Amino acid sequence: MRALASRLLQFVLTVWAATVAVFALMQILPGNAAQVAAGMSATAEDVARIEQEFGLDRPLVVQYGEWLMGMLRGDLGVSYVTGAPITPLVVDSIQVTLILVVSAMVLALVIAVPLGTVAALLRGRRLGALLSGLSQVGVAVPNFLAGILLVMVFSLGLGWFPSSGWQAPVFGLGGFLSHLVLPVCALALVQGAILTRYVRSAVLEVMREDYLRTARAKGRTSGSALAVHGLRNAAIPVVTVAGVQLATLLIGAVVIEQVFVLPGMGSELVRAVANRDLLTVQAIVMVLVFLVLLLNLVIDLLYTLLDPRVRNAA
Amino acid sequence: MSRLLAVAAGAAALTLTITGCSAGAGGSGGGDANADRTDIVVAHTAEPVNLDFTTTDGAAIPQALMENVYESLVRIDQDGELQPALATDWTVSDDRLTYTFTLDEDATFSNGDPVTAEDVKFSYERVQSDEWTNALGAKMDLVDSIEASDENTVEITLSRPSNTWLFNLASLVGAVFHPDEVDDLANTAVGSGPYEVEEFTRGQQIVFTKRDDYAGATPGTLDTVTFRYFDDAVAASNALKSGQIDVISNLQTPELTPDFESDDTKQVEVGTTNGEVVLSMNNAEGIFADQKAREAVLYGIDEQAVLDTAWGGYGTLIGGMVPPTDPYYEDLNDVWPHDVDKAKELAEEAGIDGEEFRFTVPNRPYAQASAEMVAAQLEEIGLRPTIVTQEFPAVWLDETMTNHDYDMSVINHVEARDILTVFGDGYYTGYDASRIEDIAADADEGTEEEYVEGMKEVARTVTEDAAAGFLFLFPNLVVADASVAGLPVNAVSDSFQIYDLAWN
Repeated sequence: MRALASRLLQFVLTVWAATVAVFALMQILPGNAAQVAAGMSATAEDVARIEQEFGLDRPLVVQYGEWLMGMLRGDLGVSYVTGAPITPLVVDSIQVTLILVVSAMVLALVIAVPLGTVAALLRGRRLGALLSGLSQVGVAVPNFLAGILLVMVFSLGLGWFPSSGWQAPVFGLGGFLSHLVLPVCALALVQGAILTRYVRSAVLEVMREDYLRTARAKGRTSGSALAVHGLRNAAIPVVTVAGVQLATLLIGAVVIEQVFVLPGMGSELVRAVANRDLLTVQAIVMVLVFLVLLLNLVIDLLYTLLDPRVRNAA
Repeated sequence: MSRLLAVAAGAAALTLTITGCSAGAGGSGGGDANADRTDIVVAHTAEPVNLDFTTTDGAAIPQALMENVYESLVRIDQDGELQPALATDWTVSDDRLTYTFTLDEDATFSNGDPVTAEDVKFSYERVQSDEWTNALGAKMDLVDSIEASDENTVEITLSRPSNTWLFNLASLVGAVFHPDEVDDLANTAVGSGPYEVEEFTRGQQIVFTKRDDYAGATPGTLDTVTFRYFDDAVAASNALKSGQIDVISNLQTPELTPDFESDDTKQVEVGTTNGEVVLSMNNAEGIFADQKAREAVLYGIDEQAVLDTAWGGYGTLIGGMVPPTDPYYEDLNDVWPHDVDKAKELAEEAGIDGEEFRFTVPNRPYAQASAEMVAAQLEEIGLRPTIVTQEFPAVWLDETMTNHDYDMSVINHVEARDILTVFGDGYYTGYDASRIEDIAADADEGTEEEYVEGMKEVARTVTEDAAAGFLFLFPNLVVADASVAGLPVNAVSDSFQIYDLAWN
């Protein structure tokens, strides 16, 4: 229990440190919002006037304090560039990104667990080598390339799916899913290949364990021994990696959202950076950082569920 | 590769079974299938950050809203000529100071209220107030007084005669607003145009619907027009090929044009713009403060080769800061012919051969491609440019335009009739504006003939002073489904006019 409390305290402190870091980093970005809003025919006075209107001329401490207090209330502020409140924008775009990332992770696991297990069981045989080789190729393909190839084949070539865009589920499930398929595949294929390799080595590791030999000696087939005793043990390293990979997927989603013109956090982030809409950039980066930290927390807690040794040690 | 595709196919099939979904792409693809459609989807590149061009710079907002949602008293047509809009008629006094506009009696705002002379007065006085922060508002500085003489008549008096003022009035500074509807311009747009904004989803699209109660000069055709925004030109092309969109308003990947040209279900139109792709040089400081050095550059550059390589040969060579659709256009391509020997000679005389200089380039496709070609040509005459790529707009605006920390740059100056801004006092080009200021002022106050002659002289002086290189006039590459009619092919006003769009 004390371990849990100290883990939570650590989480809160890290989040706070992140707010300082994010805010500080924003100040280093060259160029400013007033200048971008004023454009190419503006004079220095025009820029100064807009700076004042945006509140950019106030002391940094005041700007930081206001931002932090707002976040505690769940209010990310009003973008001075778009004139719109940021919270709904983040809420809308995070749904897109999370749907994308979570579907991709699920699909990746659906691909990786059976393929990785089969590749491990068939090690040394032709099919095992093929699976292993395929996953090697998959690991080497960047997300965006996978995305472009998928568009070429399934959108431009076969016309099965739209090449870009997003449709919210409320406007029809069919349209929602058909827009989702290609970007999710682009993320999941690469991720699935990476995870396949981890699953394979985790299963291989487990297969060498004494308890599996014992189970086989007691009459189980090697498949059922693995299913009953092995997979849970193999799951621990896989969960760790999947957790870390979720963070990678979030980053991959930024690129994939660009390729497929999806209105997720990544697209919003790129747009906000281009306009030097610092409040929006801060908000999105902060939410992403928060998600990653939260993810780590959840993984740590998951260990204790999966592995009694960790639970007892704590 | 085939392995990869096999994996891809397998996974897609897997997804299909998982989701149990087999939706098609819902494509179009030309032909009669579209004849009955009452909607159209148009792809644009730059997206409006909000709907308020009174405080936010950038071409995207007026492109969407001017003429479609907001109207001015006058407008610019596809040939660059002035046409009536909210004003059905106007007269100019003999001293050319007072303009009397007669408003269209039937004009209404989308909230149902009639457009009155008082609304015009309100809107134009607002341009001169602090509430209007867009720097383009300076175009209304010379307005002395605005009087609503009756419900439908507005008298505008200028502090001096000006040939450019009426033209400028057709731009966003002339937009007429409803006095009760200016509190949240960033999110709501109430104007007198043929369309209203039905939905603005930031980051995705703007949906316009036709106003049935519009009785003005430019009634709409289609019921619904959607603007969708694509940062990535390839994504836009793919969307057109797979039938998700119907028009690309300005293709940013000219290398894809032949693809569409050979496709019977598509049409490609090459129009003109007001965008001069300028090879700017810092006239005030550094190695290009010396006119000989700039002349060396201009002799050293083969503009046709730059255009062919950078933009697939689409575009027009202009040789000066004036597009051919302007009344004072003159072909200035012969002033600085391509002459490598002369360039080398001048570079040596100016003592700049072998000297390194800072060539700042915005991270835009046209600029990157042009800069590489220019740099190669300059190396041939013994110069040593160091290309520095800068994020556009933020970093370029900051370092090159505001801090003048550059020797050479490439940028598309998109504003209409912007020669006096770009070569004006204090602007980043560092040009000695006193060379043209008086000629320009006289031209603006003179008769129309004097205006044309005077501005020709201004343009010629700028070119002859080797103030900058003029690489080419940016083309407007419109690609659309073959059965789309009424495309605004030339981008010569602030607006992308949607009211003539139709299906054949």
